[in-house]
Amino acid sequence: MKLLKATTFLVAAAMATGAAAQQDGGRLDLIVQPEPPGLMLGLVQNGPTQMVAGQIYEGLLRYNQDLEPQPSLAKEWEISDDGMTYTFKLQEGVKWHDGEPFSAADVIFTTKFLQDNHARFRGAFSHVESVEAPDDNTIVIHMKEPYGPFINAFEAGSMPIVPKHIYEGTDYATNEMNNTPIGTGPYTFVEWEKGSFIHLKKNPDYYLDGLPHIDDLYYRVVPDAASRAVAFETGEVDVLPGGAIENWDVARLTKMDNVCSTSEGWEFFAPHAWMWLNNREGPTSNKLFRKAVMYALDREFVKDVVWNGFGKVPTGPVSSKTNFYTDDVPQYPHDPEKAKELLKEMGYDGTPVRLLPLPYGETWQRWAEAVKQNLEEVGISVDIDSADVAGWNEKTANWDYDMAFTYLYQYGDPALGVARNYIESQIQKGSPWNNVEGYVNPEVDAMWEAAAVEPDNAKRQDMYTEIQQKIVEDVPVAWLLEIEFPTIYRCEVKNLITTGIGLNDGLRDAWIEQ
Amino acid sequence: MAIAVAIFSRLLKAAITLLAIAILNFFLVHAAPGDPATVLAGEAGAADPQMIADLKARFGLDQPFYIQLARYVGNIMTLDLGYSFRQGQPVLDLIMERLPATLILTLTAFWISLLAGVALGVAASARVGKFTDTLITGAALLFYATPLYWAALMAVLVFSVQLGWLPGFGYETVGSGYGGLARAWDILKHLILPALTLGLFFMAVYMRMTRASMLEVAQQDFVKTAKAKGLAPSIIRRRHILRNALLPVVTLAGLQAGQLVGGAVLTETVFAWPGIGRLMFESLAARDYNTILGVFLVSAAMVIVFNIITDLVYRLIDPRIGQKA
Repeated sequence: MKLLKATTFLVAAAMATGAAAQQDGGRLDLIVQPEPPGLMLGLVQNGPTQMVAGQIYEGLLRYNQDLEPQPSLAKEWEISDDGMTYTFKLQEGVKWHDGEPFSAADVIFTTKFLQDNHARFRGAFSHVESVEAPDDNTIVIHMKEPYGPFINAFEAGSMPIVPKHIYEGTDYATNEMNNTPIGTGPYTFVEWEKGSFIHLKKNPDYYLDGLPHIDDLYYRVVPDAASRAVAFETGEVDVLPGGAIENWDVARLTKMDNVCSTSEGWEFFAPHAWMWLNNREGPTSNKLFRKAVMYALDREFVKDVVWNGFGKVPTGPVSSKTNFYTDDVPQYPHDPEKAKELLKEMGYDGTPVRLLPLPYGETWQRWAEAVKQNLEEVGISVDIDSADVAGWNEKTANWDYDMAFTYLYQYGDPALGVARNYIESQIQKGSPWNNVEGYVNPEVDAMWEAAAVEPDNAKRQDMYTEIQQKIVEDVPVAWLLEIEFPTIYRCEVKNLITTGIGLNDGLRDAWIEQ
Repeated sequence: MAIAVAIFSRLLKAAITLLAIAILNFFLVHAAPGDPATVLAGEAGAADPQMIADLKARFGLDQPFYIQLARYVGNIMTLDLGYSFRQGQPVLDLIMERLPATLILTLTAFWISLLAGVALGVAASARVGKFTDTLITGAALLFYATPLYWAALMAVLVFSVQLGWLPGFGYETVGSGYGGLARAWDILKHLILPALTLGLFFMAVYMRMTRASMLEVAQQDFVKTAKAKGLAPSIIRRRHILRNALLPVVTLAGLQAGQLVGGAVLTETVFAWPGIGRLMFESLAARDYNTILGVFLVSAAMVIVFNIITDLVYRLIDPRIGQKA
């Protein structure tokens, strides 16, 4: 029996923070951008919702920055040697924010609730045979097959535990309680003034003694990027989460007195940016052309100039922060001459390609312009084809593009966040988060399938190394950047980022030096 | 009596116009690429076909287009603006939540621009060609030509970041616990920059309009008659010239008033003002159909209402108008 019993939280916290005395109290103002559509994490899983609701709801586990599981609503867990049974021991004395006791029944109910409402959960739980609760504080999950990445599927965004007593037997989507979310987390919902702010306050009955430290959290909604920078500059807000301001403001703000910044807290997500190259038609359907694109791109330049030096140029489909990464793959350095040779070899006739940028602000626009310039230097003619968010979704989901910017989260494991973009069964019109480029390689598909259910981690590493080598050789997409979104905050805020999802669940441990 | 009939016939026409606008809006909004289900799924960063299908069914988007249209028209005929599936609230609630903030901003800007614009216009026309006139017209030209967005950002940089006199964004101090007068004062301080920014452009327009109109009316025969009677110049200016010169200004004010609900998108965005313009803009980006249509409909209704009010004000200023009709 392989035993993965973690130390209790308090010991872990003490190790993380050294011996500094943690102070209670205070108020923290953070930017949330854009305003979330809702806070019921079981129903809505977009970025801003996760950032706010991650303080209200909890998962069974959390993950540290090395992506190792840590206790959350589950205090201990075991995985059987054959990888077929997962046993979770739940925390005792946990109460929902309305005072009702939390128990294993809520977890069982959650698996049903999320089955109807959470695409990513549905994917992970398709490997599950059954879930049972032998007693009020134990959950046992029986698998259909061993599924290595399963242990990574339990953080608050992937599997938020929702209250059975509020949702059972109701229409989940229209339940009035969605507007006043009830969770088990360290902060409770107080008020949401639409267009202005969301106010959360300390949960006085939180089951971990002494936590949380901060009294009030205000998530401020400021729709204009320049105004968000001003809000931080004038002291109105204390924390700018990654991506809240345009990159060129980062350097200016981090030079201010008493301002700290970090690019940590994104390890679990490991946002990975690339351009989909339409493998079905046009010049991009030719492998030589796609390789030429890789050689033509000056990715280091974009990292240094457009992203102010933040991030890392990727070697292939898997982020260096994600488990089972390898850099032992074919390399594509910036080499315009090589790109021209490849274009000549393929007989490129100058057919223009349409480039679809991501409509997420000025940074992305500049990035598209840099790519256009790189490609035109080697003789590829490029038309930038702009759209708003809905238009971008429509075009990519229906494959109406030649090259399209995107970035995706990896969720710690290639099987969770990477495979979906390269396997044939994930070619599904109508969604922009799958194999949009139309890459088909049955040999690699078989390897993905085998690697996901391989219980031995060393063997999984070998398999994923080979997968990465093969995909990088085929260049179905043009990998651009492992994005790092710097979080900018006042230095008196301590312990802000302690997990692999950073601000999304970090306020539990954060405190303010008075 | 005549006025009651006039109002009734206007209202009837207004209702028909409004219905036509609503149907047109419905087509327009649905013609934009994408739909609320794909946007919501897209934001989740992960989606499978089941999720999109579930969302479309929940939003009623799986129905044929004509049924969606028929449902929508049926709803608005019964004054039901529908439900925002994205935000999980009835559209009317969303609009009512945002309406006060917008009205405070736009009405303040409206009155500032109207009063200051007319006063400056009168002042400039009284000293035509002199230094005061040049100064006022010069300033007006500057306000007229400055892009709103830029003026807003500069105002924030100067008065909020550099001088620290006024808050740079927001509606009130968040979590201050102010009540009563303290809260009103707090909101007023937050109101100054956005209201001025929004008001400057129209102030310039009113000023130029008033000035030109005053000068034109001053040339007319009845003014000469009044002078010949020996009336004091200030009375002539106020009672004879200004009253007649105001008609074009009222027309313009009617147009501006029509934009009270939906016309402050940029200002609300830069100053993070929690108003209805932002609700409209954000709903548009999210293809939150019911909310966009609701805001459009309320805005259209406001335009029509202010058109009627403008007509009534004409009658007050110039009683001949009603009689001719």
